[in-house]
Amino acid sequence: MANGNGNNRTSPERRPRIGFYVCHCGVNIAGTVDCAEVARYVGTLPGVVLSRDYKYMCSDPGQELIQKDIAEYKLERVVVASCSPLLHEHTFRTAVEKGGLNPFFFHMVNIREHNSWVHTDRAEATAKARDLARAAIERVARHKPLETKRVPIKPVTLIVGGGIAGIHAALTLANAGKQVILVEREPTIGGHMAKFDKTFPTLDCAACILTPKMSAVGAHPNIRLLTYSEVVKVDGFVGNYKVTIRRKPRYIDEEKCVGCQDCISACVFKQPKFTDEFNEGLGKRKPVYIPFPQATPQVVAIDSNVCLNFRNGPDGSRVVSDKCKKTCVEACGDRNAIDFTQKERFEEIEVGTIIVATGFQAFDAKRLPAYGYGRYPNVFTALEVERMVNASGPTGGHVVLRDGKTEPKTVGIIHCVGSRDKKTNRWCSRVCCMYSMKLAHLIKEHTHAEVYNFYIDIRTPGKGYEEFYNQLLDEGVHFVRGRVGEVTDWAITPEEEGKLVIRVEDTLAGVVRRIPVDMVVLATGLEPRSDAQEVRRLFNMSCGSEGFFLERHPKLAPVSTFNDGVYIAGACQGPKDIPDTVAQAGAAAAEALSLIDKGYVEQEPNTAFVLEDECSGCKSCIPLCPYSAIQFDDARGKAVINEALCKGCGTCVGSCPSGSIVQNLFDDEEIFSEIEGVLAYE
Amino acid sequence: MKYGYFPGCSLKGTGRAYEESLLPVLRHLGVELVELEDWNCCGATAYMAVDEGKACALAARNLALAERGGFQQLMAPCSACYLVLNKTQHYLDESPAMRRKVEGALGTVSLKLSRQTPVRHPLDVLLHDVGVEAIRQKVTRPLSGLRVAPYYGCQVVRPYATFDDQANPTSMDQLLKALGAEVVDWPLKTKCCGGSLTGTLPVAGLRLAYLLLKEAKKRGADAIATVCPLCQFNLDAYHDKIAARWEPVRLPTVYFTQLMGLAFGMPAHTLGLQRGFVPLELPAPTAA
Amino acid sequence: MKEIQRTIKYEADRVPGFGREVMSVPGCEKLKDCIQCGTCSGVCPLSIYMDHSPRQVMALVREDFKREVLSSCTIWLCASCYACTVECPQQIRITDIMYELKQRAIQEGFYPKRFPIPVLAQEFNRMVHDHGRISEGRLVTKLFLKTKPLEAAGMAGLGMRLMKTGRFSLKQENIRDRGDLARIMEAMDAPASGGNGKD
Repeated sequence: MANGNGNNRTSPERRPRIGFYVCHCGVNIAGTVDCAEVARYVGTLPGVVLSRDYKYMCSDPGQELIQKDIAEYKLERVVVASCSPLLHEHTFRTAVEKGGLNPFFFHMVNIREHNSWVHTDRAEATAKARDLARAAIERVARHKPLETKRVPIKPVTLIVGGGIAGIHAALTLANAGKQVILVEREPTIGGHMAKFDKTFPTLDCAACILTPKMSAVGAHPNIRLLTYSEVVKVDGFVGNYKVTIRRKPRYIDEEKCVGCQDCISACVFKQPKFTDEFNEGLGKRKPVYIPFPQATPQVVAIDSNVCLNFRNGPDGSRVVSDKCKKTCVEACGDRNAIDFTQKERFEEIEVGTIIVATGFQAFDAKRLPAYGYGRYPNVFTALEVERMVNASGPTGGHVVLRDGKTEPKTVGIIHCVGSRDKKTNRWCSRVCCMYSMKLAHLIKEHTHAEVYNFYIDIRTPGKGYEEFYNQLLDEGVHFVRGRVGEVTDWAITPEEEGKLVIRVEDTLAGVVRRIPVDMVVLATGLEPRSDAQEVRRLFNMSCGSEGFFLERHPKLAPVSTFNDGVYIAGACQGPKDIPDTVAQAGAAAAEALSLIDKGYVEQEPNTAFVLEDECSGCKSCIPLCPYSAIQFDDARGKAVINEALCKGCGTCVGSCPSGSIVQNLFDDEEIFSEIEGVLAYE
Repeated sequence: MKYGYFPGCSLKGTGRAYEESLLPVLRHLGVELVELEDWNCCGATAYMAVDEGKACALAARNLALAERGGFQQLMAPCSACYLVLNKTQHYLDESPAMRRKVEGALGTVSLKLSRQTPVRHPLDVLLHDVGVEAIRQKVTRPLSGLRVAPYYGCQVVRPYATFDDQANPTSMDQLLKALGAEVVDWPLKTKCCGGSLTGTLPVAGLRLAYLLLKEAKKRGADAIATVCPLCQFNLDAYHDKIAARWEPVRLPTVYFTQLMGLAFGMPAHTLGLQRGFVPLELPAPTAA
Repeated sequence: MKEIQRTIKYEADRVPGFGREVMSVPGCEKLKDCIQCGTCSGVCPLSIYMDHSPRQVMALVREDFKREVLSSCTIWLCASCYACTVECPQQIRITDIMYELKQRAIQEGFYPKRFPIPVLAQEFNRMVHDHGRISEGRLVTKLFLKTKPLEAAGMAGLGMRLMKTGRFSLKQENIRDRGDLARIMEAMDAPASGGNGKD
């Protein structure tokens, strides 16, 4: 065979000598399955020369047992009935190989996740284990020797998302001497953290700790920073991804712009009048703008949706009108950085590993009308207040009501807005208790207002977090345990006139209260970004039920995904605070690093191949392949499968009308014998 | 447009004016209502409090009568009837055992429940089947200058929000605007009027009615428009008691159908307006 | 100062199984999920009069304090506005649970005599049962005579005005097929073949 892997569809004339092992896994399996009985039964099956039950097959003595038995009993095939192959298939294949057999002369039966953990009836669970073992014995007798392939890894990492997670991962890899391409959708990196004033619980200034890292990214020789750009296509496989990136036109030549911002002062709009996204809409900006003073790169951007030099084209897109006096171009002068001819561009890059760090979005407070956001002007979101307390924010660091000048005398902070609520998002967002207390502290510091926190439970399970809660109690911040029923401008008593009234059960005092306040702050929760599903498909990852990206294992593979070579970090995996995000970003970088430094990946040989003599050249398999691994050889009129791209999903095998595609480890003989085995009467 | 009509007990008693205005207004808009033959009380909130099974059977008899009468849809103008009939359908869907039992009981008198008969509120029908535009075209005497606080009460939007937003319903607002009235925006649109507590526990029940009237007045309303006979009664009938206990908050509370009739040019006495304790006064038509 | 009272609860004050029983009724199951956040009490227009807030009632049911729950005025103050049910973050149907508790309180005679709300419910049902329809005038008159005969006179003024506007009548409304209705009700009383309707 050209690929070195078997295509022998004839049955072995003689049954190979099979060894069988059933694992107790402590009581995980033995508690529900009678392992001794399973071993006894399998020992009676044809070809089985050895059948054992053992406490922990994955232990060193368990593995050595297999090696010893292979030599002593001249075993030719091995079956282990234990946990999921995801956990220990590799362990046992290695043991079999050490014993001198081809590692694919092995088969694993899952009688834990598929059996003992999900059944309670011992007799039935034992019968099921017998059936599954019998199927494996039938199948393994027909296994062919296979070889794993090694594929080299491109030593470049793509990082998607330039928040604190992406920044930290990029610097970790770059400092280790690896090449990084960092792609960010917005005109600057920094993400949500760049919007914060202080960070809990230490209250150190967010900008002071973030901006040095941002400029380090901008200046690092090993990091290529692509802002205002998005990943639109990902092809290939671990070690060899081909990624297409859409570079949105910012109408500025990034090489030439020096960040002097003369163009902004010169813009024909004398006053900023367009919604400033960075300031949560509290401030205004011009069509040519830089999101914030420490933006990285220090390059302006032109918003074609509002710039006078653009008009609506026939298809609704914005096209250059050349109607503006272009005072910005004048101001830029010889630097000549403004380029209205820029068009959207697509760039293809090749990388070996990918870290997805696309972050979260804040819950839309309008979805809970009882809290009055959008109806009552003085109901704010926490992010709005974050911007207000920031000295470089839209109010110069003053916490004021929507009128822009009045300081609040009483403020109510409502926790769990869009968290722990089955009508919206059922999960705890993990950071709101702490950031609410941080805001309570800052609001009190800035305004001396009375501040009320309305909470369901205070959750402070981080280093120094409970201490911070205690500090807030000392500062005289009110904590009322109760989820707020409603925020209303309906005044019943004289002191409520002109105020927002919070109606809540003070569950600890055991009374319903109406508390008039000047300002309400909604501690909105964290949720998956609205395009998380598209991103998931792009990188071939999974999402949990709530929509965050799913890690490969919640404890032992927290930054890996089910797609090899693709890692996740930060709040795109689930709500988390800055310390946890940074830790996870470091972990993702380390995972990428370990792959890169190993230099190659081993590929499962369970790939499909075409039996050339039988292929009719109908091409029906080609569009079906989800990995674009099948090409048509025009000269010979046959389909050809690229082994490196094939993931062994079996789609082509099932669809081939002439049955001329075969998959290693899953050929007809193996599958049918397994089915016959599981269905055979005892 | 033809609907089965389930008036409910109140529309034959304290809420007569609702029926007296509803019928001519719908007729005027080309909606035909055929009263369900031999309908019985829906059970309201009281029956549910005593015996759930019988409460279901009671309401289900009406649904079965609608089916026997061949009605595709049933209109229930009273909020309590509207909720109870809807709730019964939900409950029978969720509990197969209850459905079996109720169907069995209905079977003893040859009634059956073999299909869903949608139960609709007049607001829903007017907004979605008739349409605001058709209503606007029938307006001959616009209610210009009349400031109306739309009051939906509890049970048309809770717990089932079938035809309007639960937190901030606007169907009646749209109708009132089409009639030329000025809609007073207030946060108490769906607050409780006190329900039957006004009679049984006045200190608690009447306070809710009082607060509603006070707030509507404070926000400049000339009248409250309601969609439910119990709400109308609570906001209209207890002014003396409210004044004695708290302060006078006189404000007329009328059915939205009465306002529609007036805007369509129908005489007040044909719309049951003389039955209210606090008379509605329309602003003099401005010489425009 | 108020008189002091012992408020401790002993294990003997519980009626084990009560909570489980209530939570097995269709529509009441989610009570198990209550996180005691107090949203129900926060939105309840009548919680300000209750001896136990709706949240506390949920906790008391779950912990089997049957007597405290069934003798609480809370269940009778519920006006069925459904605000709690709609707002509950755990989607507990609190209004339906209140109905369930009202039924149990009546069945077990747990409410104070002359307390008008359960009396109204029972009078209401008797009238519906016998006549098929409610005649509001008769119902209210009966209620006042039974619960607060002294105040009935005070209500006469309202009655007169209602009569004047044609909204009050002592005439009893009846449906035609009263026999049918009685038969349906009888059938509901009979033990069901397929469970008691509460499975």
